[in-house]
This record gives sequence, C-alpha cells and structure tokens, in this order.
Amino acid sequence: MLSLYDGALDVPTILKDWYAEEATSNYGAYIPFVGTVRSEDGIDGLSFDIYEPILESWFKAWQEKAKAKGAIIKMAHSRGDVMLHESSYIASVFSPKRRVALEFIDEFVEDFKASAPIWKYDLINGERVYALDRSTAIKGSGILAGENN
Amino acid sequence: MIRVEFLGPIQKDALELDIKNLNELATILQEDAEMSEWLTNCAVAVNDTLVSSLEAPLKDGDKISLLPPVCGG
Repeated sequence: MLSLYDGALDVPTILKDWYAEEATSNYGAYIPFVGTVRSEDGIDGLSFDIYEPILESWFKAWQEKAKAKGAIIKMAHSRGDVMLHESSYIASVFSPKRRVALEFIDEFVEDFKASAPIWKYDLINGERVYALDRSTAIKGSGILAGENN
Repeated sequence: MIRVEFLGPIQKDALELDIKNLNELATILQEDAEMSEWLTNCAVAVNDTLVSSLEAPLKDGDKISLLPPVCGG
C-alpha cells in the first residue's frame, strides 16, 4: 500500500490503521520507520515534490520483493510543506518473523532514499530551497551529458 | 512529436521536439545553457520507465522525463 498526503502525516492514525488492517493476518512482526522533520540549519520545515508514475512502479517492484519473502510493505509520504517536528514519511514491513522485517526495512528505506522520485526543499524565510547537497542522483544519471562529462 | 518534461527543482517548461532518439535530445540539451548544471546528475525516463542508454528509438507521442537527484523522507 502506497499512500500520499498533502502536508504532514497523521502518524498515530496511520500506524493504528495499518496495525488494524493486518491484525488477523498472522504476521509476527510489524516494524515501522517514521521520518520526522528536525530543527537544523535555521529551517522552518521541508517541502516535497513527488513524481507519482515512477514512484508507483518503484514501489510495486518492492512489493514483489516483499511478497517473495512472505512479507508486505506499506508506505506513506507527504506532498508539499511539512513543518518542524511533523512527520513526512512512514514505511512499515509486516512479516511472519522479525528478522525478515528488520532487514527488509533497512534495504527498503536505503533504496527509497536513493531511487524514489521525490524532491526535498528546505523552507527558509518563506522560500523553498532545493536540498541538492542532501540529494542522490538516481542510478544511471548523466547519460545526456555526453562522454566528456 | 516527443514531449520532454523537467521534474522537481528544474525550473524549465516542457518541450515538444521532433527527435528520433535520445542522442538527438542530448545534443539539443547540451547546447541549452539553462540545462548545463543538470545534465550530469539527471536520470532519464521514457514513458515513465528509467533508461540506461541513449540508443532506444523514440516514436511519436513518447514522453521523456528528466529526474534530478532525489531525497525523499
């Protein structure tokens, strides 16, 4: 399940709903990761753009990987502005045993950071500043630059 | 025509180009001063599938997307 929301996530409600959805699915482990906006470098918050068609196909590929391990993943992310101490991201893995879920959440979140088509901006003094220094070029980037670049 | 979209922080309007492959797009964008800072770090998708080479032929109506560095979460 991939859910996108305008603005901050309602973390308690989402975690509770996901728990309820799988309450009788016979998973022994439910491991959520919640990403929260921290106060640093004078920012007022963060803002996000998402390209949904490729995010959906990226997530679908991870759903297949989870299925192969007997697990499922659920993910929620914000669009637009998310202010300090609010949350913009939740990823969760449900699996029969804890080891699969612990390892899978790590792999999933790392690839999310490197590959999911989402762009982050710092909100500073009312301006939206692209966080290039914290961003990662998607694998295969640069093919349009030519051989000399 | 081929539509070229610039995603996320790239402040550039979409283009409609008469091109046959991604090599032709590379040539056009390498001459575009606005794009010089982006070409080395952008990924490319054709019809919402990421591609790893410039060789695939394009057909009328295809959509190309340029994806700059990402940072979700």
